[in-house]
Amino acid sequence: MTGALDAAAGVCLVLGSLLSLIAGVGLLRFPDTLTRMHAAAKPQVLGLLLVLVGLGLRLRDPADICMLVLIAAFQLLTVPVAAHMAGRAAYRTRRIRRDLLISDDLAGTQPPQNKPGL
Amino acid sequence: MSGRTRRGTMTPGFTLGMVIIWVLLWGDLSVANVLAGTALVVLMALLFPQPPPERGQHLRPLACLRFLGRFAVELVQASAQVTRAIFRFGREPSCAVVAVDLRSRSDLMLTLIALALSLVPGSVIIEVRRATGTLYVHSLDVSDQEGIERVRRQVRDLERRLVRAVGSTSDLRRVERS
Repeated sequence: MTGALDAAAGVCLVLGSLLSLIAGVGLLRFPDTLTRMHAAAKPQVLGLLLVLVGLGLRLRDPADICMLVLIAAFQLLTVPVAAHMAGRAAYRTRRIRRDLLISDDLAGTQPPQNKPGL
Repeated sequence: MSGRTRRGTMTPGFTLGMVIIWVLLWGDLSVANVLAGTALVVLMALLFPQPPPERGQHLRPLACLRFLGRFAVELVQASAQVTRAIFRFGREPSCAVVAVDLRSRSDLMLTLIALALSLVPGSVIIEVRRATGTLYVHSLDVSDQEGIERVRRQVRDLERRLVRAVGSTSDLRRVERS
């Protein structure tokens, strides 16, 4: 039983690390900030979740698992926000590759003024 | 700091949620820990008042489970899609910024949809217009008009599933009607 859990933990850890590596390669390979955000958000989050699952399977201590669950929850909440803020800043300062976009519904609309509530 | 605002923050659900996080952080469920956590939550709510929570949200357990199951599958699909795009040499990805009007009218739903969208295949949010309930989605691997329509359909599909899971009855009516 312990052996099976350890094996599963190992598989999760290796897969998770691999996905994080892929996300890193994506940051280098993708041509602009907006496309890089896809790499930073998706394989990165799944990779981290797998690493956390792997850790949980190996540690098996309720207190540690509580902490891992919290880390996972806050990652799921904060990573999309970080990607959104970076993408938005890149778009507003025009640091994006326009030639990659086949259409842009945001072009021509004014960015909202910095009023509370917007 | 008005009395209404203060009451708004101190709903039983909010307090319970914060105490659960506190206990999880310590990793130790004891009477003293729960009491200390509750005291801290009350203190925090008094010091940092928040806008009152929106009313009328319903948690539908079955729809929640269905949403989470589908979300887990999509999380894996999203990573696979991005991985394919990363290792496709010789051609740069073709993308689009797509405006999608949401049907639900609550801030909480807008936030949850925006969060979930960044983790499912194809989409990252780059701009939100709260007044009109419009999301501007940056989408990877979109090459024609049909692809743009597909992104719209996917966003609205995610909205429908999320509203079914936690939305208010009026949002649910709006979503199911169209």
